[in-house]
Amino acid sequence: MTGDVNDLDYLDGNAAAGPLSEFFSTDVVSARCRCASCGRTDALATARLSPNSHGLLLRCPGCTEILMRLVDTGDSVFLDLQGMSFVELRRG
Amino acid sequence: MIGVTPETRTARTLRLRLPGLTGHRAGQHVDVRLTAPDGYTAVRSYSVASASPGDELDLTVEELADGEVSPYLVHQVAVGDQLEVRGPVGGWFVWDPADSSPVQLIAGGSGVVPLMAMLRAHAVADPASPGAAAPFRLLYSVRGPDAVYYGSELDALARSPLVDVTVLYTRAAPAGNDRPPRRLDAATLMQSVWPAADNPAVFVCGATAFVETVADWLVLGGHSPARIKTERYGDTGTRP
Repeated sequence: MTGDVNDLDYLDGNAAAGPLSEFFSTDVVSARCRCASCGRTDALATARLSPNSHGLLLRCPGCTEILMRLVDTGDSVFLDLQGMSFVELRRG
Repeated sequence: MIGVTPETRTARTLRLRLPGLTGHRAGQHVDVRLTAPDGYTAVRSYSVASASPGDELDLTVEELADGEVSPYLVHQVAVGDQLEVRGPVGGWFVWDPADSSPVQLIAGGSGVVPLMAMLRAHAVADPASPGAAAPFRLLYSVRGPDAVYYGSELDALARSPLVDVTVLYTRAAPAGNDRPPRRLDAATLMQSVWPAADNPAVFVCGATAFVETVADWLVLGGHSPARIKTERYGDTGTRP
């Protein structure tokens, strides 16, 4: 797969639930996240997910800027959250 | 893996037992990791098709011609083999039995799998839960009769007054079908689904192009984007 956002090869942020479960004890794809670039706030599950050979990218469905980057080197897994300005978890 | 059931020429259902699992939510998926002898690994997500409360679940896997994982799962893995599985995960694309809203399920091809889990969960829901009395509609767009998953079970579920199943054939229809095979279009979609005024909870699953097109048509038809949940299977070249 390529990282070209014009391709129709992206999935939903929902598909990142497994890899993100290594970092978060709660189901973070259901959490609302604010895009640091355009301010759109919605469930992470609605983001556009592009898997690649070394991890995944989540892009804002509004402005297509990168929300989250996950890189898996085998021994370590890195999570870059720079593209989000907050995460809202709802209790219960 | 404790059981296997063929669905079509290119798909089969694998029954897995996951020690320690105590049920799951309808619509969730698992990640399956395969590791080659040289250490190369490939991970793919598969939707859970079943709605059982215990430590067993079913995955229905469609073989992708150039897939790294699905050909192994469809043709090779055997009862008694062990698989590396993470999950079930994902709390977004799920049906909640506490929600009494009417439910509209829209499947493109193998996208029917998580929607089948929702139909099954609805059928076995605690009668006291608000969702048990929720009316469900499934619109299932599929290439031809030989590509239909769960055919006889869908017929049985559709005998419930709460469940309506519409199968639209895109390339080949069974004999006696009153609609010639053709692609789903916006007019047919809007005739087949709950009116927007009923404010249904909508779940759309299929290839990315299918999901994209259907979700756009629903919004143009007045459905609130906030009520439409989608699960894209990637680009398998299939449009409605």
